[in-house]
Amino acid sequence: MPLSLSFYTALSAILFTIGVLGVLTRRNTLIIYMSIEIMLNAVNLSLVAFSMHWKHLNGQTMVFFVMTVAAAEVAVGLGLITAIFRKRHESVDVDSLNVMKW
Amino acid sequence: MSGIVLITIVFAVIAVISALLVISVTNPVHSALALILNLVSIAALYYTLQAPFLMAAQLIVYAGAIVVLFLFVVMLLSSKGENPFEGGLKWLRPASVALGIVYLFSMVYVVKVQLPAVVLNGRQVVGTPDEIGRLLYRQYLLPFEATSLLLLAALVGALYLGRNVSAEENESSGEEGA
Repeated sequence: MPLSLSFYTALSAILFTIGVLGVLTRRNTLIIYMSIEIMLNAVNLSLVAFSMHWKHLNGQTMVFFVMTVAAAEVAVGLGLITAIFRKRHESVDVDSLNVMKW
Repeated sequence: MSGIVLITIVFAVIAVISALLVISVTNPVHSALALILNLVSIAALYYTLQAPFLMAAQLIVYAGAIVVLFLFVVMLLSSKGENPFEGGLKWLRPASVALGIVYLFSMVYVVKVQLPAVVLNGRQVVGTPDEIGRLLYRQYLLPFEATSLLLLAALVGALYLGRNVSAEENESSGEEGA
């Protein structure tokens, strides 16, 4: 490990906070999804750093699973976004999606 | 300061700046491009943490597949008459050629130079594909199978969401008429 564990956990915390900020402040659904990806990546980074610190590959295997879940999530999520865009609002602004059923 | 520490710090700074760009620029296409930069720099950090398999998976799955999906949807949904590449195409071509050459040389370098292995109790702890595969198919066999089920569910869900609704409605109304 080139740098200490706290460096990686701090970096991961910063990236996660940026992702949370993106989810909270942006209203474009696509950018909210990208922020979620940033958060997942921040957690992945900390998992890999812990894996390196404890000299065990369990953390890296976990990252592999997180990546698969992220891929599935993006596929379904983007399908949802396009379906919403086509069917109702012609917009990807979350503020315009305030009814569950119409 | 050794080279690998310098590389780590540089890529950490790039990761933070590009993440800030993702959430701050107005054009979603630019956000997606900044996201690629963020994911690639995190892949580089994986490399410094001796996880070469995860670096490759990150580049292929995230920077390759997921961001391309994002770009497709952004292009599909972007409002009409808005050109995301306005004025930037002149320097883009030589820059991409230069980056391609850098990429080629870095690939040769990676193939030629091996990662220094961390040895603990006489066993190497580098996240190579065979080590991770051994864990996946032994200790994590059940989660691995659950993941395949999850991917199948995602595939069916995406197909269902992306089906041609208007054609189906036409078909059913035609049947009612007959």
